[in-house]
Amino acid sequence: MTTTAQANQDERVAEVGGLRKFLSRPELGAFGGAILVWLFFAIVAPVGFLSLRGTANYLEVSAQIGILAVAVALLMIGGEFDLSIGSLVALSGAATAILTTQYGLPLYVSAIIALIFALLAGMLNGYLVVRTKLPSFIITLAGLFVYRGLTIAMTRLITGRTQVGGLDDMPGYGLMESLFALRIPIGEANFRISILWWFLFAGIATFILLRTQIGNWIFGLGGDETAARNVGVPVDRLKIGLFMTTAFSAWLVSTITVIQVKSADTLRGDQFEFIAIIAVVIGGTLLTGGYGSAIGAVFGALIFGMVRQGLVFWGVDADWFQVFMGAMLIVAVLVNNFIRKRAEVANR
Amino acid sequence: MSTRQPILEVRNINKTFGSVIALADVSMDLLPGEVHCLLGDNGAGKSTLIKTFSGVHKQSKGEYLFEGQPVEFDSPRNALDMGIATVYQDLAMIPLMSIARNFFLGSEPKRKVGPFNLFDHKFANRTAREEMSKMGIDIRDPSQPVGTLSGGERQSVAIARAVYFGAKVLILDEPTAALGVKQAGTVLRYIVQSKSKGIAVIFITHNPHHAYTVGDRFTILKRGRTLGTFTKNELPREEMVRMMSGQDELEALTHELEEFRHSDDLKAAGQSTEIDQQLARGS
Ligand SMILES: Nc1ncnc2c1ncn2[C@@H]1O[C@H](COP(=O)(O)OP(=O)(O)OP(=O)(O)O)[C@@H](O)[C@H]1O
Ligand SMILES: [Mg+2]
Repeated sequence: MTTTAQANQDERVAEVGGLRKFLSRPELGAFGGAILVWLFFAIVAPVGFLSLRGTANYLEVSAQIGILAVAVALLMIGGEFDLSIGSLVALSGAATAILTTQYGLPLYVSAIIALIFALLAGMLNGYLVVRTKLPSFIITLAGLFVYRGLTIAMTRLITGRTQVGGLDDMPGYGLMESLFALRIPIGEANFRISILWWFLFAGIATFILLRTQIGNWIFGLGGDETAARNVGVPVDRLKIGLFMTTAFSAWLVSTITVIQVKSADTLRGDQFEFIAIIAVVIGGTLLTGGYGSAIGAVFGALIFGMVRQGLVFWGVDADWFQVFMGAMLIVAVLVNNFIRKRAEVANR
Repeated sequence: MSTRQPILEVRNINKTFGSVIALADVSMDLLPGEVHCLLGDNGAGKSTLIKTFSGVHKQSKGEYLFEGQPVEFDSPRNALDMGIATVYQDLAMIPLMSIARNFFLGSEPKRKVGPFNLFDHKFANRTAREEMSKMGIDIRDPSQPVGTLSGGERQSVAIARAVYFGAKVLILDEPTAALGVKQAGTVLRYIVQSKSKGIAVIFITHNPHHAYTVGDRFTILKRGRTLGTFTKNELPREEMVRMMSGQDELEALTHELEEFRHSDDLKAAGQSTEIDQQLARGS
């Protein structure tokens, strides 16, 4: 009995071919979903949605959430949440604008100082999670309020307002614009450079996850922290690093918006943390960690952008947008659960 | 034996978890090339002791010497870097990760491509498969998630991993618990092979036959304290089997059951058939 079973095993390997492997990837659901959403709006609102300009438009919206979502995907695969990134978008944007308008620093210097603030905030988030052993949900929920409150209070204290504008007249704007707000003309449309940042960031994250030691550690950390620690993974440093990565993504998004809009706003980034989580979950990452993909988060963010702008092209009231995103979340989780179950069977 | 320098030694270590005293004044040494069995009841502190060796716990009090030098491990990484590899009782496996990724988690093989240090998946897959087949287990696909393996297969992955990385000390916490006869035999053979390579093995088991077959010395723990370390000569097979199989407890239990049956018999007098009585006697 046993010998025949063993003799058959090589044949069973052959069964798990490339197609089945592809069909069991975590991002498959989001990939299919993105195609469906695209087809839907291509049918109901072909004029605006299918044009190059429409494409540039929804890609730009997707890029902002997408950059956050890629970092959040890494963190969530590592088993943690970060609810503070929306507030960090406001914080580092306000810091950049205030340092330049009030203290005369060139914008790129202000942006680098803001980056340091953001990384310190991320480090603090991570450090508190590691030291207190409280759920990161709680720690960063506190961060959501603390960082937002700090931003509003400090901005009002220093400038007397909640918005800081006129950045395009400030020193260093030209350089910053070419880095973070450049328009790349393709046909009749202008594509923002933020889309490239998004793809670059996603590429790096995917590379790290699938091809490096740190990627293996992230999966291990999210899968079972104690086990990972016991086999020698430096879980504390890794966690703090992941929180710094999400903080970095918040800084990148804040810099992109501040330079594009030429102003900082203390309310910017509101709810971005939740939308990023939705994009990541739609992208097939498990809420409990240990499983997921950065590419999935890219498709999740793409769905977000297409729906948000697609409704505008369609002429539907934007109020319906949130209803759609909420419903989408539930459907996505169900579909992804189904895919994961099948993935386990496919691998058997 | 006593002339050799111990590779690993603890002196009078204590370990407390809050108010729980898990280890009290435990001393023990481990010689290169010996199989040292750690025996004792559930909750005796065996796992706590080996987790101190492997850097998971830090002793609350006492000394830990490795190759004669006092050491302080801040994490299991330090112990692994010294060549101490462990199969934990809970295996330390990540169910959603592949066999190969689990095998090398924390000690990833790397391949330099240009400026990048990549995870060498090819090497990981090949090695995981080879090491597993040495254990007599053919894995169909090293990229299969560990969660889809059977309990025994999972245990074998953990053992193969520790054997692969345990250059000097191999610690096995009940490695044969979920294994079939054949695989358990393979593990015992592994232990003997490691020993002949000069590796020191700590082997925790509740199976007296396994312990006696491969063990050179035996340290017995009871409620966090050592009852001492014995060589094979000092601890005859019958005594150990008797101690570990809980012969005394079984006799006491039989006695209690006798009494139960006696009172049952009185209650059900006349009603039970002969077959029932036979069943009750367990014959
Ligand atoms: N992290 C911990 N926190 C609190 N108490 C602990 C902890 N780890 C172990 N203990 C306690 O220490 C004692 C010894 O546990 P340990 O796991 O070392 O026993 P063991 O000899 O390995 O038992 P078994 O044969 O069941 O595996 C137990 O009473 C246990 O409850
Ligand atoms: Mg134990």
